[in-house]
Amino acid sequence: MAENDLDEGKRRFLLTATTVATGVAATAAAVPFVASMMPSERAKAAGAPVEVDVSRLEPGQRMIVEWRGKPVWVVRRTPEMLNTIKADDDRVADPESKRSVQPPYAKNEFRAAKPEYLVLVGICTHLGCSPVDRLQAQPEPFAADWHGGFYCPCHGSLFDLAGRVYKNKPAPDNLVVPPYKFVSDTTLVIGDDTKGA
Amino acid sequence: MAATQNKQPVTGAGPLNGLLTWVDQRFPLISLWKEHAAEYYAPKNFNFWYYFGSLAMLVLVIQIVTGIFLVMHYKPDAAQAFASVEYIMRDVPFGWLIRYMHSTGASAFFIVIYLHMFRGLLYGSYRAPRELIWIFGMVIYLMLMAEAFFGYLLPWGQMSYWGAQVIVNLFDALPLIGPDLALWIRGDFVVSDATLNRFFAFHVIAIPLVLLGLVAAHLMALHEVGSNNPDGVEIKKNLGPDGHPVDGIPFHPYYTVKDTLGVMVFLALFAIAMFFMPEMGGYFLEYNNFVPADPLKTPNHIAPVWYFTPYYSILRATTAEFMYVLAAAVFAYGVLIWRTPLRGKGKAIALAGVIAVIVAFFAVEAKVWGVVFMGVSVMIFFLLPWLDQSPVKSIRYKGTLVRTALTLFVIVFLVLGYFGTQPVTDVGTRISQVGTLLYFSFFLLMPWYSRMDKVKPVPERVTG
Repeated sequence: MAENDLDEGKRRFLLTATTVATGVAATAAAVPFVASMMPSERAKAAGAPVEVDVSRLEPGQRMIVEWRGKPVWVVRRTPEMLNTIKADDDRVADPESKRSVQPPYAKNEFRAAKPEYLVLVGICTHLGCSPVDRLQAQPEPFAADWHGGFYCPCHGSLFDLAGRVYKNKPAPDNLVVPPYKFVSDTTLVIGDDTKGA
Repeated sequence: MAATQNKQPVTGAGPLNGLLTWVDQRFPLISLWKEHAAEYYAPKNFNFWYYFGSLAMLVLVIQIVTGIFLVMHYKPDAAQAFASVEYIMRDVPFGWLIRYMHSTGASAFFIVIYLHMFRGLLYGSYRAPRELIWIFGMVIYLMLMAEAFFGYLLPWGQMSYWGAQVIVNLFDALPLIGPDLALWIRGDFVVSDATLNRFFAFHVIAIPLVLLGLVAAHLMALHEVGSNNPDGVEIKKNLGPDGHPVDGIPFHPYYTVKDTLGVMVFLALFAIAMFFMPEMGGYFLEYNNFVPADPLKTPNHIAPVWYFTPYYSILRATTAEFMYVLAAAVFAYGVLIWRTPLRGKGKAIALAGVIAVIVAFFAVEAKVWGVVFMGVSVMIFFLLPWLDQSPVKSIRYKGTLVRTALTLFVIVFLVLGYFGTQPVTDVGTRISQVGTLLYFSFFLLMPWYSRMDKVKPVPERVTG
């Protein structure tokens, strides 16, 4: 066959077909590698509910428990603390928790099933730091007339005593309320809110 | 074996002549040596700023060698990692030295790379035909940031843990894919053992391999087009009778000797840091990282290591309030484009872009924009070859406008860097916001001020 008999169109077709087939094969081969980086079955299974005894928590105190590797705070609020929450309504970005994450029984003024006990995932909704507690109403370097709440050391977000984020701070949403239920007056289960036994 | 017989025997290597000839007939040894050293003609007027390329390679070697020996004792396991680093520091013979060499090397790498990049800004080394050298260099810089970030998790201290938590959550902020992407990066619902293991794999294998390939590409592109110089004069335009640039001298021995001096001074400074101030007042090794990782408690003050802080300041400066200022700035930029004569559809596309950006500023929350601006502030360096419209390359022949802009940029970069290491304050946030505006102005206004600038005539030959 002479050189000028070359079918350039056929060559280009074969080249394109080979490239496409190789691309498909390479993509398929990448699937197991990419998928292997997703959480393993063991990681998915490790999310059991945690039982917390709050009987020794004094009014005005906070305790931290670990649930799914995250800090969960339980704060026993005093009546004065609850009053400051009402006064914070015009300072916070989402006073009625419309766009924030919480179970339906905590979508209320105090963001809690029982106003006395505040249960929050202690992870800032900005970039995931754990805010520190500044529960007392007193002047703070980050806010002169501080009503008490939580301060994120990483990027300066402020939260009130219902975990609601202050306006014009980097965090967009209120702190997340995890699912929880009281199995007795002083025993909480975090991570499970199903009714019954 | 025709090619083999055509090659000249190697001379001038004394007793090694025979061996080198044997190798050279089977491998392009001599031609590689000539192309990249003995007959690579570099401009004769390299100054102080030209030390940092070879120093960056030296630090890369230091990091790889010390890294290999650290891996012999380190345990990539959330339960053992912190203790294994302390074991290296206390019980492994000279473990402390190797570890401090590696940790000091990390900061030294960024010091050298920032000075190397500043050299590029001074003398326009990113300008045509050196755009690809700049792009490869920028990818190296990005990979280095990734390498530093992955490596910082490994000691599993408080800063390791919470630093990784914040950076991974940057991806979580992205719309639509964010949460799944962050989950995929962590391999768990929180930063955990799974995260530590994969970061270890990236830090010791994946990124170093990519880095080595990129360094090779960076050098091949450099040796293809030839080095720039402090005058920004193309020495290849002026060839002598021997076909070599009259203003060029062979890299070896002239610059190998010069770089040896640089290496000696560098190693002396490196040793002072490593032996006497390995923590560098909390800048090279942060104090909180000597506390084991605690997923339940963020340290009272967390900040990235110094080399990330200018970008971190930009992230923190982006508040909901600041979006109005930025929207006004983008609007002003749109007016500027409108008043600039542009060919074809350029103007329409640019204006559509400006409007889309302003709309997006208010459609998407400020948190996402903080992350976007932080990313853009790094990526924008890629555009320098096209943003700089000055008729001259080197700062020596540029006018007051560009000199002022560059000086201001360096100050802003340092100020942003400083505030990035500090806790959030109202004053700090305001200064960072002004800094953010100036930072982006340096790049985005460059096409205008670099053209308006009064430049001086560039000489025909390098000025020494």
